[in-house]
Amino acid sequence: MKYLGLLLANLRRKKTRTVLTVGSFAVALFLFGLLAAIHFAFYQGIEVAGADRLVVINRVSIIQPLPLSYRDRLLQLPGVKAVTSANWFGGVYQDERNFFPQFAVDHETYREMFPEFLIDDDQWQSFVGDRQGCVVGAALAQRFGWQLGDRIPIRGTIFPGTWEFNIRAIYRGSRPGDDEGQFWFRRDYLEERGPQWIKGLVGWYTVRVDNGDDAAAVSRAIDERFANSPYETKTEPERAFAASFAKQMGNIEALILIIGGVVFFTLLLVTGNTQALAVRERTTELAVLKTIGFSNRFALVLVLAESLLVALVGGLLGIAAAKLVTPGLTEALPGFTVFLPTGDLLLGLLLALAVGLAAGLLPALSAMRLKVVDALRRV
Amino acid sequence: MVRVDGVDAPDTLIRVRNLDKRYQRGSEEIHVLQGLNLDVGRGEFVAFMGPSGSGKTTLLNLLGGLDVPSSGSITVDGDELTRMSSAKLTRWRARHVGFIFQMYNLLPVLTAFGNVELPLLLTRLNRAQRRRQVETALALVGLADRMHHYPRQLSGGQEQRVAIARAIVADPSFLLCDEPTGDLDRASADEILALLTALAKDHGKTILMVTHDPRAAQRADHVLHLDKGVLVEAAGEAARA
Repeated sequence: MKYLGLLLANLRRKKTRTVLTVGSFAVALFLFGLLAAIHFAFYQGIEVAGADRLVVINRVSIIQPLPLSYRDRLLQLPGVKAVTSANWFGGVYQDERNFFPQFAVDHETYREMFPEFLIDDDQWQSFVGDRQGCVVGAALAQRFGWQLGDRIPIRGTIFPGTWEFNIRAIYRGSRPGDDEGQFWFRRDYLEERGPQWIKGLVGWYTVRVDNGDDAAAVSRAIDERFANSPYETKTEPERAFAASFAKQMGNIEALILIIGGVVFFTLLLVTGNTQALAVRERTTELAVLKTIGFSNRFALVLVLAESLLVALVGGLLGIAAAKLVTPGLTEALPGFTVFLPTGDLLLGLLLALAVGLAAGLLPALSAMRLKVVDALRRV
Repeated sequence: MVRVDGVDAPDTLIRVRNLDKRYQRGSEEIHVLQGLNLDVGRGEFVAFMGPSGSGKTTLLNLLGGLDVPSSGSITVDGDELTRMSSAKLTRWRARHVGFIFQMYNLLPVLTAFGNVELPLLLTRLNRAQRRRQVETALALVGLADRMHHYPRQLSGGQEQRVAIARAIVADPSFLLCDEPTGDLDRASADEILALLTALAKDHGKTILMVTHDPRAAQRADHVLHLDKGVLVEAAGEAARA
């Protein structure tokens, strides 16, 4: 601690330069935070996927349905513990910009399949008791200012007409980043009002297995069970399903990695040059410190500590700004939950410190190797 | 007692024997110091004079453990510098040597207090003890009222006084001064020289000073000339010895 004064005094030497360097880290980490949040938005399904859940879709495509009768046949397979189903509704609230996913779900089994979504028992019973009832995520309710009891008109795009729903329950995610932007309603309402072709068909099944380790074997067994039938299946663990679903939107991950990599590499060049300049300007002072009796290792640590402190302060500022801004991005990316996970916050700070360390390393080594006699002769 | 003839003198603080220093500049070898002998007793104020390039600063660097000789030995208070590792030499410098430079070499980002405190950061003294010692050192050089001023807020003479306070604050065995008045006007130079004289006379500090200025050299107890890498006593010094 007794060297802190010296450390801070050195950073105050050229305030503008220090502020700009801190600013470079802050901007880079802000961008990193935004990219991490966007990455999470696209890949959140993978992050929160259940290890013991499988998704069963039509082998041809997810938009092709499966027979409702498969439910009981799935339940008969060894290793299958529970089964639920859902249909994609694809409706619009007020206008096309208000996109959010709507699912027609099996209200008898859906809640048990997804215990990570927390719903008040009374509200759930209210939903179960109302054929036109619906359950909405807390974020979705907040987005449109919906409350329990509100009547919501949804214009169908796949299933024509305006569909009226009563909000009977609002769910919350039990983990940070759980998707609170979904809209569920009863599948029997879809059957009742929907066209003839949808009757007896579901969009996909979600299957819970007894043991997550058997997921691959049960997936194979399911697909074999329905092989050579008019509705062949493709079964994947939920995580793999979410990953392939995310891939359909393009390789966002690679794009984010490239942008992030370029930003951090540029930051490294800029700050490395700044640090080298800062040390060159202080050659005599470092020589004087060594003359007084400060060791070579002290010179190394002093320069590295300055670089790390700048990186830490800039990193914290950038991450804090990103954390403040990300909730606003949810509105810019309708249908996605934009969230900056704590793990990514820590990763960002570690990256900033790594860049700080790398940027300070060469100047610190040159400070350590500085020969006092040569440096003082240059004065 | 100061001797340059290689005969051991009693109560010697600094003993130099057969000191050689050579530099390689391209293909040319420069022999800066040649078989130099020196004995300096405690509390002596010694001035080194000589033309530019005669090896004065090189000698000072060797005595201060900033450079290593090509051959020969330097012993200070029983410690032989030439046998010390670089790290040990650094620690030794912190305890035994106070440096005063021509250009003061204060850290511009620290106040007078911060500059003087620097050598004490290498000790085990706590904050309060450091503060007391810094205040004492600054009072000794007459700058108690300037301790929170930055170097840019001080005159050249005041800056050099801060540098002297920094050199003496950890109570080193001896002071090495490289042209301490070379960048000062006459009045400021006289103040600095009076201060150095007082440190030697009143506080028993051993001072070795390199200077081009005969008036500055006059303040010293002994004036030695370096010529072609060899130390010789100035006129009158031999008789005084």
